[in-house]
Amino acid sequence: MSKLIQLKIEDVPSLPRHAKLRFDNARKKWIINAPERVFELDDIAGEVMQLINGKDTLKQIIDKLLVKYEDAPKEQVTNDVVTMLQSLADKGFLTNE
Amino acid sequence: MNDLNKDMSFSTPEKKSKTLIPYAMLCELTHRCPLSCPYCSNPVELELKSNEISTDLWKTALSDGAKIGILQAHFSGGEPTARKDLEELVNHASKIGLYTNLITSGVLINEDRLKKLYDAGLDHVQVSIQDTDPNNSEKIAGFKGHQKKIETCGLIRKVGLPLTVNAVMHRQNLHNLKNMIELAVELDAERLEVAQVQYYGWALKNQTAFLPTREQLDKATIIVEEARIKYKGILAIDYVVPDYYAKKPKSCMGGWGRQFLNITPAGKVLPCHAAESLNFLNFDNLKEKSLAWIWEHSESFNRFRGTDWMPEPCQSCDRREIDWGGCRCQAFALTGNADATDPTCEFSPYRNVLEEPLSKAGSENPDFIYRKYS
Repeated sequence: MSKLIQLKIEDVPSLPRHAKLRFDNARKKWIINAPERVFELDDIAGEVMQLINGKDTLKQIIDKLLVKYEDAPKEQVTNDVVTMLQSLADKGFLTNE
Repeated sequence: MNDLNKDMSFSTPEKKSKTLIPYAMLCELTHRCPLSCPYCSNPVELELKSNEISTDLWKTALSDGAKIGILQAHFSGGEPTARKDLEELVNHASKIGLYTNLITSGVLINEDRLKKLYDAGLDHVQVSIQDTDPNNSEKIAGFKGHQKKIETCGLIRKVGLPLTVNAVMHRQNLHNLKNMIELAVELDAERLEVAQVQYYGWALKNQTAFLPTREQLDKATIIVEEARIKYKGILAIDYVVPDYYAKKPKSCMGGWGRQFLNITPAGKVLPCHAAESLNFLNFDNLKEKSLAWIWEHSESFNRFRGTDWMPEPCQSCDRREIDWGGCRCQAFALTGNADATDPTCEFSPYRNVLEEPLSKAGSENPDFIYRKYS
């Protein structure tokens, strides 16, 4: 960690080296491994995290989700995704570099 | 002081619920260490190099661990860099998908080895710093290596590895907590672990020297709260009030045999690193049994698993599945009965055993009894 990040819609989010996303076969869910802690993700969070590839902007990620969940209101999806990712960034497990 | 014989003749209560999935394994690769910290978490009876298990047996244990759902492997000691096969083990763990963490004193490692560990897939390094005052730091560690530790932290960041500073805080260094936080920020650590001395083994021998006063502790709590705000998003600070001053016991290891296992240098598998202090329990060894079997079926892992073993007032307590009965090693060390309610719980009938050590806190300053091979 080096600075506090305020995620913006044009940012390209990525995981820092100390946070690793993977599917866990034993628990049948996506998890993020981080120093001395494990985040167990629910289905939606798992789906969002899989779209974080270090290339797509937050806006592009949200657009992809909106294509898949066409009935979901755009404002709500945007809000939910930003809130979730900002909380990860606050803990130092997401960067915009 | 209940009768120990009862403990020795128990039948193994097999757990009823579905198999628990462990999260982490602490691999104590060796007990060898150049430092001799008087609160070392290693047992009082240290293992010799000649008893250490082989590279292949460690690899098998890591593979078995990954199969039963372990997500993180912590390479610890002693000083784990004293093992020449550390890179090989990190590489193996990383390849099978484990998150790898090196827990080190930082005094035996150079840039070249850190690069090799980075290339092997190491995810994270934790370096212990005994104090910010170099003289006191070296007095506590019983080793002249403070400056080397600081340099190692710089090299860790230079090669691109994330860093946690582990600071064991106690009466002899709590006055420097603010400096420790600043140092962690300067060293560009992601995380600072403000650990409290846990009073088993070596630390219990030195309890009077280390147990902080209530006043020191209250000050420390305020310092941490302020720093958490100041460094939000910059430095994460882990901090827990030591249980002697708490009203509720800690959820030790997240519950006995629920989330965690520990492998000793000699291959014994333990529910926690202090478990061998429960000298009436038999701990299985990787030389004889598989990790998966030990986790699921062994007497030692099932002995305090779940809530069936609990006495009153734990058995009917609504926190029984929150703290899982606190710490069994502590109950045994302080009352002589491993089934007793943890004395750090406000409802424990043994709460009074804390009075004597707490009354000495701050009034006596005995010399350290350093960790050493007997």
